Order: sequence, then C-alpha cells, then structure tokens
Amino acid sequence: MTQNWNGPLEKIDDYRFCIPKRYKSGMRVDGVIYADARLMENIRHDKAAEQVANVATLPGIVKYSLAMPDIHWGYGFPIGGVAATDIEAGGVISPGGVGFDINCGVRLMKTNLTEKDVRPWVAELASALHNTIPAGVGSEGKIRVNETEEKKIFTTGAAWAVKNGYGTKEDLEHTEEHGAMKGADPSKVSERAYQRGKRQSGTLGSGNHFVEVEIVDEIYDEDKAHVFGIEKGQITVMLHSGSRGFGYQICDDYAKGMGSALTKYSISVPDRQLACAPLKSPEGEAYFGAMKCAANYAWNNRQCLMHLVREVFEKFFRMGPRDLGMNLIYDVAHNIAKIEKYNIDGKEKLLCVHRKGATRAFGPGNPELPEEYKTVGQPVIIPGDMGRASFLLAGTAKAEETFFSTCHGAGRLLSRTAAISACRGRSISGELAKKGIAVMATSRNTLAEEAPDAYKNVNEVVHVVHEAGISRRVARMRPLAVIKG
Amino acid sequence: MKRYEEIPHTADIALRVYGKDLKILFENAAFGMFDIIADLDGLKRSISIDIKLKAPSKEELLVSWLDELLYNFYTKGIIFFEFEIASINEDEIIAKANGRLIGDNRNRLKREIKAATFHDLAIKEDSQGFSVEIVFDV
Repeated sequence: MTQNWNGPLEKIDDYRFCIPKRYKSGMRVDGVIYADARLMENIRHDKAAEQVANVATLPGIVKYSLAMPDIHWGYGFPIGGVAATDIEAGGVISPGGVGFDINCGVRLMKTNLTEKDVRPWVAELASALHNTIPAGVGSEGKIRVNETEEKKIFTTGAAWAVKNGYGTKEDLEHTEEHGAMKGADPSKVSERAYQRGKRQSGTLGSGNHFVEVEIVDEIYDEDKAHVFGIEKGQITVMLHSGSRGFGYQICDDYAKGMGSALTKYSISVPDRQLACAPLKSPEGEAYFGAMKCAANYAWNNRQCLMHLVREVFEKFFRMGPRDLGMNLIYDVAHNIAKIEKYNIDGKEKLLCVHRKGATRAFGPGNPELPEEYKTVGQPVIIPGDMGRASFLLAGTAKAEETFFSTCHGAGRLLSRTAAISACRGRSISGELAKKGIAVMATSRNTLAEEAPDAYKNVNEVVHVVHEAGISRRVARMRPLAVIKG
Repeated sequence: MKRYEEIPHTADIALRVYGKDLKILFENAAFGMFDIIADLDGLKRSISIDIKLKAPSKEELLVSWLDELLYNFYTKGIIFFEFEIASINEDEIIAKANGRLIGDNRNRLKREIKAATFHDLAIKEDSQGFSVEIVFDV
C-alpha cells in the first residue's frame, strides 16, 4: 500500500501540475494538483495522485479533478480533493467525496485579550478547557435533548444552539450557510445514525480535532485584518470538529447503499469507496438530504463547543462577554458537497461541488458573505499543526478556477504509526512547553500521532495557495494552549 | 501465522489481515480493529452480542461486520475482543462477539475509528489462505 506514485505530472506553472487524462482509462478530465516542486516530492510518496486520477472518472465531472497543496492519501477521494459535477448532465454525488466526518470544519473567534493577559496562565487555561470540553473516543456531551428536539438540530443547525441560549444571531451571520443548509431531510437519516449522534452534541471527538488558544503574530494585509477585526498581539481561539458519530454513520449507510446504485446506473469507478449516484436520482437525493442533516448537526456542534469555550474564558478571566469580545470571525466547512452556480464555457450551470479536505473560498462581492466582509472576500481558516502556526486567509475572484476552493490545513506527512515511532522516547508536551505551548490530550496516542513533525509545514502549503492566487494571506496565529481529543 | 499487521497509510490507519479461512480472517480483522481502538491486554469478557448479517459480496460483508461491531461499541459501550463465528460464507455471517463494557476501562481507549472503508478493498486467496488490506478512517 505504500509504493511511490510514478505517474505523469506535467508542470503547468510554478504552482500547478497536471495529470493528463490519457494517463488512465476512464478519466473524463485532467487532474490538476496545486503544489510547488518541493511539496510535489512528498505528494509522490503515496497514492494521493492516483486518487486524483480516480476522481477524474466520475460521471459528469467538469473541467478537472482538483487537489489542493495539502493533498494526501485518503480513501476514495484524496484528502484535499475538489470535484464539481454537472447536475443536468448526469453529474454524480459521492459520499466518499465528502467523507465520514461530514462538515468537519473550523471556526475562529477573536477576543479582546492580548498575550500579557494569557501568557502567564497558559497551562491553567489549557486545564480549564480540557476539564470542561468533552473530548476523546466516543465522548458524550452535556447537552441532552429528546428525539423531537434532536431532529430540529438536523434541519436548523447552529440556529438550534442560538435559540437555546448557546450563542448569538451574529454567530450565525458569520457561519458558512448561516449554520444550516436548506433541504435537510431527516426522513433519510437511519435510526442508527440518530442513535450514534444523540449524546454527542457539544463534543470535540478525537484525532486531529482540537481547541486552540492562539496569538496573532503576523499581519500580512492590514486592511483585510481590520475588516476581520484582528491585529497583531491579539488572542484568538480556533476550534476544529465535525458531525461526530452522526455524520460517520450517515456516510457509512450511504457508502454501502451506493454499491447497488453503481449497477443500477451503469457507473464504473476504479475504487469502491468512490461509489456514487446521479444527484438527480432517488439515491443521490436521499444521500444529499441526509448529508445536509449531518452538516447542520456539525454546525450546531461547533456552536455548542464555542459556547463552552466562551463560558470557560468568562469564568477563567472573570470577565463578561462584552469585555472579552469573543466574537466569531467565521466558521468554514471542509468536508462537504454543495450546489453552486458557475459559468462553464459561457453557460451558467448548477454544479455539485465536492470539497473533501478543502475549504470554500468565495471572493469579494459574493452574496453569501456577511455584509461587512463583502469588500474583502470570505475568511478562510487554515489550521496548521500544534507546534507551528495557523492562518487566516481571504477568498479571491481568481479562485473561480478552483470552484472557489482552497486548502484546509497543513496535510499529513507521516502516517500515525511513523509519527509514533518518530516520537518514541520523546515528550511531545515537554517539547511544546519549551516553546511556550501548553498541550493536553484525552486519548492515549493523540500527542505522538499529532506531533508537529507528522505534518507538512503549513507555511509552505499556504505559500502555494497565496502565490497561486486562490486565496490570500491575511494573518498568522501561533498556538499558546492546545486541547486535543 | 501472523493474525494482522499495521501497514503505513498517511492519513488513516490500515491493517493487513491474514486468516487460513474466511472465518479466521473475519475474526482477526475484528480483533485488529479493536486493537487500534483500545489496549486489549488482560481484559476479561463480561458481555456478548449476537450478530447476523448479509451482504452482496465477501468484501461488503467484511465492512458490514466491522461496522456492526463499531456501531455496538459506540452505542452500547462494549470493547469487543473475542469473536466466535458460527458460520460464514460469501454473503452471510452468523457470529457472537464478546467483550467488556467501557465502564472504568476508559483509560484503555487509544483512538477513535470512524468507520471501515471500501478503499481498494479486495480479499485475496492463495495457498496460505486469505488476506486483505483494510483502511480505517480515524
């Protein structure tokens, strides 16, 4: 499973490489990977590029099968993959193009605090967050609701939390889709998915999910940073989680069911995990209706988690919400499928855009953006690893070439096993403490698996999307306290 | 014969599982999966569940089997580590899975597995028996 990939990668320019469609039978379009020569060396070390080629075989795919510079080997789609299909031309939707953690995403909050308020207390603050926020394998939340209420979460998303006192309406304005996709259909959700999700609202999960207290240490674009409300030296909080067991089960149910759709619609895919159905089919519509329920569940989950973070800060710093100023800058999904309108060869078309480990990045003027961000573009939140940095970027008009998509993180470099070997005999929390970062994890292997060396350098990944023009750097944040699941 | 081994996968966790027949292959795959999730050393069984599943192929059956165990792990809180497969063929499995409630064994939990995937999944047979590589989303 670990062989290098030796297929053709033709240089288009300094930041784009093409896998020509002649490479593999069944490819309907070229593959295009956004990366520089250095990142490309790592990309060749696993089968991610083959997965870009596999995605290019999907019925109805438009223009190209894309990958962002944080691309790495996933299952079905590569992580960092983007594919758009033409709905009217039999374009498909694939549960494997969204992933198990439907609407896994990140949100970024600002605060009125500065480094001097937080620096002396980072370890205590990390403990307070760790003690309050349910995290780890199969963690259960404090928010318990009956079945009727739970089903409201599926259709109303983050608005459910706000209605129940866990946030403000401004939070919703600063969330992708206002925290709920329309058309969620709870009748397409299995009893099993409901059972797996019912005790998990307001829980972080494990693996790479986290809450991170950060300091803004570099501003690249003063004007945009001003619009987003951040400046150098300010404390921000970033949160990464998704739809928990609810979304995993929905993907599981539909990935299984799509097997028979392949036969029914005579679709041939090179990997069973790419199973799909035309969006305009009973199978496609059912998955999309259920996927939206999971997406809405995830937005509600991040809203509930943010509420817990705010509570911890208010108690810890003995300050009220107004003085703390913990306003949401933005919340983005990075595992999702959306219907969006694009001009393809002079014709306006409705496309089903899959973003699997990729972030939507709308440019200035897009009607979906909150009024105050319309002049600068959508905030794009890119978490790095827990020892280096994270970034805030802004969407651009040029990103139309990637269906308004950009990277979603640093991207893994080492497998989890390799990371554990690399960390044997080392104290990751000790190493981070020397850099002034307090870290706490719930599950046993998390720290080694999530060690900074396991990831690509996020600076290099962000450099590519910035230079390629598909989103622009606004600010960089350095971690101070990290809570892992 | 080795029961299973972890093989490198960049983002997720992959196992290569062996078994002289399908029954042993499925038992080893299930044990390997729970070995990723928790420290199973010295756990004593205290609870069991019966499982009966049908699927269109042996690969689909394997994913269904693993996902059924995961579902029970997450919803009933049982760490499974002993499996008795009463009968198995290409499209049906009847089995008992034994384990222990998470209860005060929470400190044994290592990682969350979201699901077993179909990625490049093919059960192979040779003179030694069966083998399969499975990618788990973690």
